[in-house]
Amino acid sequence: MPDSLPVDSVGVVTPQTYHFETPIELACGHALERYDLVVETYGKLNADRSNAVLICHALSGHHHAAGYHSMEDRKPGWWDTCIGPGKPVDTNRFFVVSLNNLGGCHGSTGPSSNNPATGKPYGPDFPVITVSDWVKSQALLADRLGIECWAAVVGGSLGGMQALQWSLDYPDRLNHSVAVASSPRLTAQNIAFNEVARQAITSDQEFHQGRYHDFNTLPRRGLMLARMVGHITYLSDASMGEKFGRELRDQAYKFGYDAEFQVESYLRYQGERFSESFDANTYLLMTRALDYFDPSYEFGGDLSKALAKARCEFLVLSFSTDWRFTPARSEEMVNAMIAARRKVSYAEIDAPWGHDAFLIPTPRYTAIFTAYMDRVAREVGA
Amino acid sequence: MRADLEIIQQWVKPGHHVLDLGCGDGTLLDFLKRERNASGFGLEINPDHITTCMNRGVSVIEQNLDTQGLDNFEDNSFDIVLMTQALQAVRRPDKVLDEMLRLGGEGIVTFPNFAHWRLRWGLALIGRMPESDALPYKWYNTPNIRLCTFKDFEALCRQKGIRIKSRRVVDGQHQNSWLARFWPNLLGEIAIYRITRENSNDE
Repeated sequence: MPDSLPVDSVGVVTPQTYHFETPIELACGHALERYDLVVETYGKLNADRSNAVLICHALSGHHHAAGYHSMEDRKPGWWDTCIGPGKPVDTNRFFVVSLNNLGGCHGSTGPSSNNPATGKPYGPDFPVITVSDWVKSQALLADRLGIECWAAVVGGSLGGMQALQWSLDYPDRLNHSVAVASSPRLTAQNIAFNEVARQAITSDQEFHQGRYHDFNTLPRRGLMLARMVGHITYLSDASMGEKFGRELRDQAYKFGYDAEFQVESYLRYQGERFSESFDANTYLLMTRALDYFDPSYEFGGDLSKALAKARCEFLVLSFSTDWRFTPARSEEMVNAMIAARRKVSYAEIDAPWGHDAFLIPTPRYTAIFTAYMDRVAREVGA
Repeated sequence: MRADLEIIQQWVKPGHHVLDLGCGDGTLLDFLKRERNASGFGLEINPDHITTCMNRGVSVIEQNLDTQGLDNFEDNSFDIVLMTQALQAVRRPDKVLDEMLRLGGEGIVTFPNFAHWRLRWGLALIGRMPESDALPYKWYNTPNIRLCTFKDFEALCRQKGIRIKSRRVVDGQHQNSWLARFWPNLLGEIAIYRITRENSNDE
């Protein structure tokens, strides 16, 4: 963190915890008797409460989307490039709400929270949460904040899935749904990568069937491997090539199996750091929520039928080198919207960074996102 | 108001579902939305145009007719399919015409007339590839790779069993030109055609 805050930053922000005492019924058939959601907000809610934008986070995300928690913070929130004064999600015009989803590990109730029934962390007893469950909990949060209708629900990747689910579950409670680098459902390849990640975690000796807290340990190794394989899918071959090439840490081959290439040490570092800060059970839960997501499922695989009840307008954006959720996946979504005669705009943005491109401000991405959100703001007089 | 917008508007019924191929900055769709309460989409590939469309609230899909086709649209899913000043810029205008009438019962097509007297004059007397308001490019950088004349287009329609329901001719500024009514293929710069399938039994 620099000595002074950048002018286009929302500044120092403080998360707030909302307690919910009414049980929430979940798709899996279980209910959570009570739960907490940790939330950050940026900007001001206008008088008619019409300028609220919900930000939905992706697999490893959380409520801290923009700004800094303290002047000592090294990095701002995960989507600081797009949220702030004068940025695409302009906090001078919008009231932005960002939460840590249920099942998360950054303060909202999740597998590492204490189970009131036992006084110990839920661990594997925490119910599997679906995208629909998240949307339901977000709607309850909206009630609490006095927001009847979002100007827009916005998300990237898994966050985009929540934005899509919102349009189906609460069609009258959002004007716009913005899905960036997202997918209407995972492919076999996507699920396969998730399975490798889960296997890495569950086969770690320290996993203890998810009860690692009881053993005062963490499945660090497994979580590290899960993150390493995940991280590869977030980047493109070209961007990895650009960043690391075949560069060695030392001058010559050592004819051993330690991390000799820069890319190896980078992945290890990323994996290790992640394994210190993220909960393994949450990782399992989030990947399962991804696997299960398929709003077309109850419509015989026909997403356009599911979309018949949507009322909002859609913006769908994809990135040319994203091979985790390829442009074809976004187009699948767009075509279903076209067939359902929903209002949709779509662009494929040329960017070299693979899936991660949705976090990186490129001129065209910023221009489109800004232009669209400007109109969203104008519609609600913000 | 631009004469071509005025003319096209008359052929779009209130509440029509419209597809605009090469919708540019969305002027036409925006106009039809306001004047005719029309719904629908525009397809475009120019990034700046796409951004403008999104900002003005025109539903725009980034899609390239030449490389991606129109397979993602279902038969008869639109009331009208429009293509203004873009037919001459696609690789296979004949196939695009077929697709237009697959997606909608009616099509509206506008394109510059390569037989306009000024273009004929340029080629015949000066011996250079012609340029005009409607065709403001050099031969080497023009996106207009399939130029034709009104007569050419009408011959293609006959060959394909496409019925021309109406034809209106305007000048390069899209204004009505009374002169062009006398001898359109010589004096008309831009034509606006309303087309349908030969066997279509509407109106």
